[in-house]
Amino acid sequence: MRKFFEKYKHLFEKGGKYERWYPVFEMADTFLYNPLHRTKGTTHLRDGIDLKRIMITVVVALIPCVLMALYNTGLQANIAIAATGAENLEGWRHTLIRAMGVGYDPHSIGANFFHGALYFLPLYIATLAVGGFWELLFSVIRKHEIGEAFLVTSLLYPLILPPTVPIWEAMVALSIGLVLGKEVFGGTGRNFVNPALFARAILFFSYPAGITGDTTWVAVDGYSYATPLATQSFTGHINVTWMDAFIGFIPGSMGETSALACLFGAAVLIYTGIGSWRIMVSSVAGLVIITGLFNMIGSDTNYMFSLTPDWHLVIGGFAFATVFMATDPVSAAYTDKGKYYYGFLIGSMTALVRVVNPAYPEGAMLAVLFANIFAPLMDYLVMRANIARRAKRYAA
Amino acid sequence: MSAMKVFTDPIIKNNPIAVQVLGICSTLAVTTKLEVTMVMAVSVMTVVALSNLFLSMMRKLMPSSIRLIIEMTVVATLVIIADQIIKAYMFEISKQLSVFMGLIITNCIIMGRAEAYAISNPPFRSFLDGLGNGAGYGLVLIIIATIRELIGSGKLFGLTLLPTVNSGGWYQPNGLFLLAPSAFFLIGILIWIARLTVVKAED
Repeated sequence: MRKFFEKYKHLFEKGGKYERWYPVFEMADTFLYNPLHRTKGTTHLRDGIDLKRIMITVVVALIPCVLMALYNTGLQANIAIAATGAENLEGWRHTLIRAMGVGYDPHSIGANFFHGALYFLPLYIATLAVGGFWELLFSVIRKHEIGEAFLVTSLLYPLILPPTVPIWEAMVALSIGLVLGKEVFGGTGRNFVNPALFARAILFFSYPAGITGDTTWVAVDGYSYATPLATQSFTGHINVTWMDAFIGFIPGSMGETSALACLFGAAVLIYTGIGSWRIMVSSVAGLVIITGLFNMIGSDTNYMFSLTPDWHLVIGGFAFATVFMATDPVSAAYTDKGKYYYGFLIGSMTALVRVVNPAYPEGAMLAVLFANIFAPLMDYLVMRANIARRAKRYAA
Repeated sequence: MSAMKVFTDPIIKNNPIAVQVLGICSTLAVTTKLEVTMVMAVSVMTVVALSNLFLSMMRKLMPSSIRLIIEMTVVATLVIIADQIIKAYMFEISKQLSVFMGLIITNCIIMGRAEAYAISNPPFRSFLDGLGNGAGYGLVLIIIATIRELIGSGKLFGLTLLPTVNSGGWYQPNGLFLLAPSAFFLIGILIWIARLTVVKAED
């Protein structure tokens, strides 16, 4: 294998036949082996961690969420089917389930995984194809190396979508999101918003019917189920138990129902130092403080006021957004103090959108995007404050 | 510069929106429907051409200390006349244009051309310059409105080209293109294209 790469390397190097495709070659090579460029010399204080390693760690941290996405999507669909009957189901997924003889038993772990995978995998593959295509196109034109960030973006994106979203709509939105949110600014590392989340926002405003409403959250055609946040917002009652919401056995966007899986991801990210604990802590603090305040104030007309902070933490996409979206090192604040402000802004904005805004029961997506835009300003202010403080110290 | 060039230059090569980045606000506001956009484009073209013409005729009489006020008066008069005409003959469209018709007066292109060209050039050339800038503005507006109306609602001039899902067709309209941010994206992409082709060719 190594010989194979060495043999064909010259074709891709300067003057070679396929010079334009060097990024593709480089990607395949470094993905399987070590990077081509290593630090040389005897002494260097440098961590061996590079972009590839960071991205793989994030993927590892995401594994529980993916497993939950597979299992829970199938579970919710099978529960719904058990209630409505399996006779009239059509479509290739159901043909496949029948052909494999898997069935729709919500108590069978295998059946749940299989059913969930039939929804998650097509979306994931489509996302990878679209994400890979744009990354490849821009890398080849720019003569950059292909960034592995698109692998993470492509994994995050299906996790934050509801299972029934039409795949072509997801692909269109991802294309707009990747090109306008990331590639036009210079690709990986230069995007000012989180590309996966930006693509979801594009989808949200482009095809609202595919991603909001009551029929999108359970993977059965026409089966209506309001998310816990929506039920709370419209009726004042929550239709699930706290424990279910914590573990993630509730309908919702595929990967973000489980606060438990997000906690595992948070542990991995914090332990490896890739995700910032400052952002996570201050974001949770922001949500708890603001919702606690609303809770104390109370309201007769707005049911969201009565939802206690512990509920806010486990339902909706907040946990996922805080752990995986907010901590994206490119679009988050860079300074330590800035990270506190940035996280707090996310938590409090989520609370504000959820409670006070009647149009959207969930606000984590918009809150993170909003904070992304403010992150450079916060860094700027923190740095200015630091300069002013030092100037004062030396003036005295 | 020949008189012909005075007219043709601002249409593509020195386009007020794509190259000079002026008059963005109305581009966001009135480009969801092609029909409305056409009316807006023609109105702006008329106003900027006539204001250039009149201001150029008066240019030697204007004391420079109060010239902005005089320019405003002329432009405002023309905008009010245009508004009244649209209201009288195209009431439905005037309702959709609503406040943006009156806001032509704040369009940077009009005052910009008056200041930059009309007060220092003879009337006929100023008139041509106004026409050219109006045409350049209209061109960009029409490109953006075509894209937005086609993708956002599957229609052009209100005629259904792509039958939408809601009316029994196959096309799922993209709601984003009916919102103002989509015009931002499109203008951005147009400026990108303009920089790649027109401006680069000059350097």
